[in-house]
Amino acid sequence: MKYYSEAHEWIMIEDDEATIGISEYAAAELGDITYVELPVEDNDVIVGDTLGVIESVKAASDVYSPIGGTIIEVNSDLEDNPGLINESAEKAGWICKLGNIDILELDNLMTPDAYAKHLKSLD
Amino acid sequence: MKLIFERSKTNRRGSSLPQMDVPAKNAIPEQFKRKQAANLPEVSEQDVIRHYTLLSRKNMGVDTNFYPLGSCTMKYNPKVNERAAGLPGFTELHPLLPQLRRGGALTQGALEVIYETQRLLCELLGFADCTTQPLAGAHGELTGVMLMAAYHKARDDNDRKVLLIPDAAHGTNPASAIVGGFITRTVASDADGNVDIEDLKKYLGPDTAGLMLTCPNTLGLFDQNVEEICRLVHEAGGLNYCDGANQNAIMGRVSPGLIGFDVMHVNIHKSFSTPHGGGGPGSGPVMVGECLVPYLPVSRVQKRDDGTYTLRYHCEDSIGYIAPFYGNFGIILRAYAYMLTLGREGLKRVGENAVLSANYMRVKLAPYFDQKVDRPCMHECVMSATPQAAKGVHALDIAKALIDRGFHPPTMYFPLIVPEALMIEPTETESKETLDEFIKALIEISNLVDTDPDSITACPLTTPIKRLDETLAARQPNLASI
Amino acid sequence: MPYIANTKEDQQAMFETIACTDFADMWRKSQVVVPEPSLLNIPEGMSEFEVISKLRKLAAKNATELHTFLGAGYYDHIIPAAVGEISGRSEFYTAYTPYQPEASQGTLQAIYEYQSMICRLTGMPVSNASLYDGGTALFEAMMLAIRATRRRQVVVSEAVSPIFREMLNTYSSNLNIELIQIPAGADDSGKEELLNAVSDKTACVIVQYPNFFGTIEAWEEFNEQVHAEKALSVCSTYPVSLALLTPPGELGFDIVTAEGQSLGNSLNFGGPYLGIMAVTTKLMRKMPGRVCGRTVDSEGKDGFVLTLQTREQHIRRESAMSNICSNESLCALTALVYMSCMGKQGLIQVAELCASKAAYARELLLAIDGVEAVGGEAFFNEFVIQLPCDAAEVVGKLIDKGFAAGFPLGRYYPDRKNQLLVAVTEKRTKEEIKALATALEAVL
Repeated sequence: MKYYSEAHEWIMIEDDEATIGISEYAAAELGDITYVELPVEDNDVIVGDTLGVIESVKAASDVYSPIGGTIIEVNSDLEDNPGLINESAEKAGWICKLGNIDILELDNLMTPDAYAKHLKSLD
Repeated sequence: MKLIFERSKTNRRGSSLPQMDVPAKNAIPEQFKRKQAANLPEVSEQDVIRHYTLLSRKNMGVDTNFYPLGSCTMKYNPKVNERAAGLPGFTELHPLLPQLRRGGALTQGALEVIYETQRLLCELLGFADCTTQPLAGAHGELTGVMLMAAYHKARDDNDRKVLLIPDAAHGTNPASAIVGGFITRTVASDADGNVDIEDLKKYLGPDTAGLMLTCPNTLGLFDQNVEEICRLVHEAGGLNYCDGANQNAIMGRVSPGLIGFDVMHVNIHKSFSTPHGGGGPGSGPVMVGECLVPYLPVSRVQKRDDGTYTLRYHCEDSIGYIAPFYGNFGIILRAYAYMLTLGREGLKRVGENAVLSANYMRVKLAPYFDQKVDRPCMHECVMSATPQAAKGVHALDIAKALIDRGFHPPTMYFPLIVPEALMIEPTETESKETLDEFIKALIEISNLVDTDPDSITACPLTTPIKRLDETLAARQPNLASI
Repeated sequence: MPYIANTKEDQQAMFETIACTDFADMWRKSQVVVPEPSLLNIPEGMSEFEVISKLRKLAAKNATELHTFLGAGYYDHIIPAAVGEISGRSEFYTAYTPYQPEASQGTLQAIYEYQSMICRLTGMPVSNASLYDGGTALFEAMMLAIRATRRRQVVVSEAVSPIFREMLNTYSSNLNIELIQIPAGADDSGKEELLNAVSDKTACVIVQYPNFFGTIEAWEEFNEQVHAEKALSVCSTYPVSLALLTPPGELGFDIVTAEGQSLGNSLNFGGPYLGIMAVTTKLMRKMPGRVCGRTVDSEGKDGFVLTLQTREQHIRRESAMSNICSNESLCALTALVYMSCMGKQGLIQVAELCASKAAYARELLLAIDGVEAVGGEAFFNEFVIQLPCDAAEVVGKLIDKGFAAGFPLGRYYPDRKNQLLVAVTEKRTKEEIKALATALEAVL
């Protein structure tokens, strides 16, 4: 199950865990990504909390958590290779995994179809 | 070019110092001494002079090239000001001297410079009092914002936490508001580039601390409703802050203190001709109306009845110290010399000619570029290279092509609300011939976009280095040679 | 009219182009319809000769012939002639921020070399391109620590410059920051009390090295204990002293700031000065201000560029790390050329002259009846003495004899009314030091 937020984060639910990243659209908008400030493991977050910061040559952008939970894993590959997000924003370029999630919070997010429509409306 | 460290040779010296005339014995115990000398270069004085003279030649400056960098007012920096600022009677003066008993009498000349500069700025801009302490424009903003906070606090009006900032404002305004403890709301611009009054009204209320307005705004336009905007904010109980970064446009023509602003900063290094120094030092004096005078930072220079000057430290309602002393005195002194030279009439001529030159540029370039708002501008014109971008040549490419033609480029991609922006500010000190040459170059570039776009995207070709890999610089920062 | 290029004929031609008849018409069409000010109280302009004559007269009203032992963070050092020659080159001083790297390699390489020298002097791995002054740099350090730790309590020693502490007070007053000031001990910065105040709520501890009273202290163990609470350790330092002292980077500090005036910049009655900031690698991307980095161009050639700028105000607006958008580039260049001229051995020589002359001065002054030692025995070029009477009065009397004898501490420390902070630089001769001792003895 995959969902998207208006702020262009994606979230993938498998079992009781959520994997979070930024969408391919957002990655393209940012351009060459130069640094990712990752969240801290074991920290609790609620919807809208800042998970980290993504810096590119031309912008720095906060990553907001689309749902609440506890950070159980971060993608440390991004420390040495932030460009992974440009190459594969929605797979290898994931940012972190959350546990302790409440699936009811997913109701406020968009399905892949709805997100595609949302992107069209931005053009 | 080599780094200075790469010119180093063991035991080479570049300075001569007095002999030790006291016993060579100090009070630093061995345990606190550094084990290895700091690895500074060992070079001769001539090495130093040649290295940095060669480096200086890899720069464009106002003295070498036309530098129409919008929003930065790169006017000529008069040399008499430099001469004045170099007088030992000023450069060798210790800032704590007037704080010593009987020391004030020994700094009367310097205190008079500060007092008179403040007085002239108040006369010119229509305010009651001034502090020269802020060390740069952004520092002036922060000071002004803190004065507004102090005003509301003194009235127990503690809910006034919101500063309204138009979307056309410099990014510094919202940042200063936050550092000053406020929250910000963005007010939209209307189709003419003015503040959208209906949008403004939506935000005005009991939580309004005030409005920060850049006047003229960052589109290079004077908001024709400025008096009404100020009135509306006052009626809602807020204060009006004027960001004077663009003050050169209205020099001698508009006094913001007389049309509804309560507080304002000016960038001395822009409108008052002091050098930009490669990015500082600047100076950002803040002027205030009567309602904010009690909150000005300490110390304050005062004139006694006998014509002498003194520093006042005990001001009950003051926000306190915002700078260690009296501001960037060396810069203030240059601005004072500038105002003395120009006088009343000269200051009026500045604004007029700055606006004339920008409009001349705007009309001449209009056939080749887009404009967000097609109306007479103030001291700078904002052109949009969207027609060129559609053909694959962007504002950045045009900027680099201008470098090859001997011009410093205009400001690019600002204001953010204009796509492919090129913001051109010619200033009053540049001649019509220079403007014509620049216009000719831009038209030539624009024509090449149609006939030979690759010749533009390949620029610059004449510079010591070509376009740099900024992604590499940010991904693997190399910030020092250690 | 001075500095305005266009002739009447030029103006006429330009009016025709823009379809205006005159300036009044131009203002109207630009929608500038507000009332025009009279400016009656602004005098008529003056010629260049008249301006410089007037300013020479004002400069002459200031006393610069005093034998000065006044320091308190701002020092009267020798400045080699070569320094002014370079900072006076208009290719440097008439340029702006190097936004176009191809047209600004001079300024950019100078900034990179400056950052390198600050790192070498402080022992820190990262320096920014400079901030306004030592006080604002300390405020930015405090904010950096608050951002990095997400805590809002700051513990500061009263042995940190009172001028800087006043500034910290002002800036933090609207920001929901708990600023805890800890009194200095008899001969230290109040280390024990400082550590007692540190908890898991503390963002950083701020100390000065050497401290405001001139005392040099050991900080390694102190910093370990600060770090045990996951707080950061910040020190404000005096760059010239670092030619001799263990650099703060080897003492475990996370953020080092300094007033850089002493590196070749004139006293200038309070500015422009130079705010130095250096940090650990861990804090690099959270550091405020401009930074220059080395990279390569499209042909693989080395070059320099402003980098890590995306968290700054012109992009991040209200989410920016700081509202600062300029550095003190020309003052940083001045410091750079000063350090190049002095070089590895010269700066050590300056520092040794300062330290020996200060030790000599202290010995002479303490030999006077009624003058007593105060504070730590380890110092660089500044120390405190206790007088038998109000130090401010004594200083007033000595000014009449041609001495700025030091800074009376009572101004900022009410319980230190009789104490005088004396600074000695390499400029003061043995004769001047002896003369100060003689004069002081005479007025006591």
